[in-house]
Amino acid sequence: MNQTGLHGTALRLHKTLARIWAPDPGWRGWLTTSNNNDIGRLFLCVATAFFVIGGLLAMLIRAQLATPGSAFMGPEAYNQVFTMHGTVMMFLFAIPFFEAMSMLLLPGMLGTRDLAFPRLGAYGLWVYIFGGTAVIIAMLMGLAPDGGWFMYPPLTSAAFSPGLGADVWLLGITSIEVSAIATAVEVVVTVLRYRAAGMSLSRMPIFAWYILVVSVMILTAFPPMILGSLLLEVERALDWPFFQVENGGDPLLWQHLFWLFGHPEVYIIFLPAAGMIATILPVMARTTLLGYGWVVAAAISLAVLSFGLWVHHMFTTGIPHLGLAFFSAASTLVAVPTSVMIFSWIGTLWKGRVRMELPMLWLIGFFATFVIGGLTGVMLAIVPFNWQVHDTHFVVAHLHYVLIGGYVFPMIAAVYFFQPLLTGRSSFFRLGGVAFWLVVPAFHVTFLAVHVAGLLGQRRRTWTYNEGQGWEVLNLVASVASFVMAIGFALVILDIAINTFAGLRGRRNQWNATTLEWAAANPSPNYGFASIPVVRGRYPLLKDPDLALRIAKGEGYLADTSRNRRETLIVATTTGEPSQVVVLPGNSILPFLLAVVTSTSFLAPLFKAYWLSGLALVGVIILALIWVWRLAPARTEGLVDAGHGSQLPIASETADPPGWWGSLFLLLADGVHFGSLLFGYAFLWTVAPNWPPPTYLSPELWPVVLAVGGAVALALAPRLMLRGIERGRVWPMLLMGAIGTLALGAAAASVMLARPDPASHAFDATLWLLAGHVAFHAALTLIMLGYLGLRRIAGHSLRVGEARIVGLWADFTAATSLLALGAAWLPGAFG
Amino acid sequence: MLAGGVAIFAFVLGLLTAALVRRPAREGDPATGIWLWTLGLGLPLATLAALTVYGLVMGERLLPRETPDLVTVEAEARQWAWSFAYSDAPGLVTVDVLHIPAGLPVDVRITSVDVVHSFWVPRLAGKLDAIPGHVNVLRIEAQAPGTYAGQSAEFSGTGYREHTFTVEAHGPAAWNAFLQGAP
Repeated sequence: MNQTGLHGTALRLHKTLARIWAPDPGWRGWLTTSNNNDIGRLFLCVATAFFVIGGLLAMLIRAQLATPGSAFMGPEAYNQVFTMHGTVMMFLFAIPFFEAMSMLLLPGMLGTRDLAFPRLGAYGLWVYIFGGTAVIIAMLMGLAPDGGWFMYPPLTSAAFSPGLGADVWLLGITSIEVSAIATAVEVVVTVLRYRAAGMSLSRMPIFAWYILVVSVMILTAFPPMILGSLLLEVERALDWPFFQVENGGDPLLWQHLFWLFGHPEVYIIFLPAAGMIATILPVMARTTLLGYGWVVAAAISLAVLSFGLWVHHMFTTGIPHLGLAFFSAASTLVAVPTSVMIFSWIGTLWKGRVRMELPMLWLIGFFATFVIGGLTGVMLAIVPFNWQVHDTHFVVAHLHYVLIGGYVFPMIAAVYFFQPLLTGRSSFFRLGGVAFWLVVPAFHVTFLAVHVAGLLGQRRRTWTYNEGQGWEVLNLVASVASFVMAIGFALVILDIAINTFAGLRGRRNQWNATTLEWAAANPSPNYGFASIPVVRGRYPLLKDPDLALRIAKGEGYLADTSRNRRETLIVATTTGEPSQVVVLPGNSILPFLLAVVTSTSFLAPLFKAYWLSGLALVGVIILALIWVWRLAPARTEGLVDAGHGSQLPIASETADPPGWWGSLFLLLADGVHFGSLLFGYAFLWTVAPNWPPPTYLSPELWPVVLAVGGAVALALAPRLMLRGIERGRVWPMLLMGAIGTLALGAAAASVMLARPDPASHAFDATLWLLAGHVAFHAALTLIMLGYLGLRRIAGHSLRVGEARIVGLWADFTAATSLLALGAAWLPGAFG
Repeated sequence: MLAGGVAIFAFVLGLLTAALVRRPAREGDPATGIWLWTLGLGLPLATLAALTVYGLVMGERLLPRETPDLVTVEAEARQWAWSFAYSDAPGLVTVDVLHIPAGLPVDVRITSVDVVHSFWVPRLAGKLDAIPGHVNVLRIEAQAPGTYAGQSAEFSGTGYREHTFTVEAHGPAAWNAFLQGAP
């Protein structure tokens, strides 16, 4: 074939794929698209908008603190402003921003065409937009939460925060956490299953490792927080006394649940940035990462360690001395994996030849800032020092060094670095450099001054201060410098906006990077790759610069477009062997609609419209069923041609379809949530002052029999169904499972009926939550079994994969129900 | 601690600068031994071990010890006041002023009747939280008679800034006079 012929093939393939993967035309396309490029761009823009809002709030704070005795804001306004600044930056900017970046970049890095569950990604985006907007609107109406971003009860309980503010926080932020969990499930399954042919785990780009670790952390760290929010909201709305001492609650329970989330959260924010650094820095040094395995191990150990140190936020709450020693040592220990990363990066720069482009400049800003933040962090881990500076501006300065230095600077580097892929353009004007030299020096002036003010005893969260305490100059300097920094950030955003619309069209792979995302065209088309690449090493473009051309010509897998649908490859998790062909869904309004009803059910309780919330919940169930129903293929295809002479099964016809993997990781989060509930129960029992309750719940025989019988039936039914599918006999098993769920539901109801007043004591309230867990999961499993029954009635033969997904949920329901009911009955049975 | 921190910071940035300006003729060998084993693992482990031991020893020294002439006072926080009671003078309650004897160890039994507060007299001890339903005990000791400023150090709503108190440390005679009910 001659050169024109080659390009002709590539062009034809491009046109066909572009048509298959195109969003709907017009504005409607934005509502119905589920492609990672579209969703990621929207996500990124919205997260940036929230960064601007959070930044404006920060400027209000610095304006207030610039002079002593400022009359600009009173304590009521100031408390709302600092609470919202923390909340917006942590929940509405930091987490969504890296999620957006990974949505945009991950499929390219992994050599696949889209994320595992495109519609789930779209759903997560819309829930985030609705929840975030509700929180901001509440703020503009003066109804913002004012109890600090950590929301400690009893200050945030109904008695001391009677208004809507705390409810806005609890409901709005929880809905955003649900969205984060949806995205995390999507990312985990994508990294584990959706990759280029031959990309084993050890050949994955380093960012994929980081984001895998982060996603698992989200699945394990967010559930305690969601539980805490649920407990507090239920206490506020229905007076169930989880945090009220007089009725067996304990305010310390909130602090444990909050920091079980809050500390890993810091690393959930840092690790994606670290992944970006480990990706960008070697390219900027024209070399490869030093100690890939070391860095992966460091990321994993940092994640594990971060769960062991939540108590270090509670050093001043009266923890026993031995506990303090343990958590103090564990807190300092996290510096070790961080140090491994830092020296791997400096070593990488050492062995390469560095080019001083804009992304590199921001990375240097990261080093200079983050190392200081890490060192003040180690100081804070030393208990006697912590006792003195806790809740002063020293801590404020420390956390801004870590978060801005460790997250914002690397993310700006990442945006500049990946700009050619995201927008197709490269930097043109000199604005970016100017912005850098405004932001970084101004940042250091601001927060060095804040450090010193903290050491001189200035407390956080005080709306003003008196003259004559030696803080005036420091605060004025910090405020002036912070405004310079804000101007710098505004210039960064302006620069990127200008580049997006007026920059130069860059050539493909302008940095000579070595990973797959740079094999795509600029900007990356919606279908990503014209064919799924075959890789033989960790740095595919390093030894094989023509790979991009061969992919475009269709020499990889799945270049055949005759099936006329969105397909991509699933590989074996460890080896990267091609194993399945997955059909991804097309454009649909369903994710948007489902997000509307979900957000309604979350936000309606704000206005005490519980009926609307319930109605919306029914809407969620109906829409979810329609969603699943429409995705289930009508006919069986058998093996299909995947290219390279291989015949692969369609994913939905296998025993482990993506839905099975997704359910597995969603259940991980669900299990942690349930574990947190048991932890809360045990904590109240052993620590709360007004325990034991007046009476325990003595179990009768029949609910115990129902619970055990129901759990056994529910665990057995899906297993028998797998055999039944071969013989075409599934009704008895479906019925058996359904009876199991009803029995469990009845056992749960017996607990509630026996203790009709959950507001009387924290024990009763906990019983209702345990029983509620059982009832909720029994209902969920019943709906799933009902779905299988409806499929059967509609004349479809059931698939093994579907049955195994329901089996996962049934097993989880059976196991946690026995644990929950056992925990409810045990004290009464022996007490 | 500050000097050590500055030294580590200077060292890391020095290495970084050297790495940035270096122009190796060919790609150097990946010296995992030095970069990862020695600098990545060894350096922080050694530093942190020393620092943690130091912190624990210091913390141990601050711990309350059994002592015969111990004075016990109760500190009860509320939005936004502190009331103090004295085991040596039952019924005596002072608001926003804590009286203690100078030169004697004092146990402050800290609690709260509403939201979480924190008891902090920077010149006498670190802070300890006042949590409803719990009593936390803080050992303080004023070396000399005088007035020491104290404040709450846990955000508690709109009156948080003004939630302050003072500690009056008395000499032996003044302390006895105070306990007898003299102002």
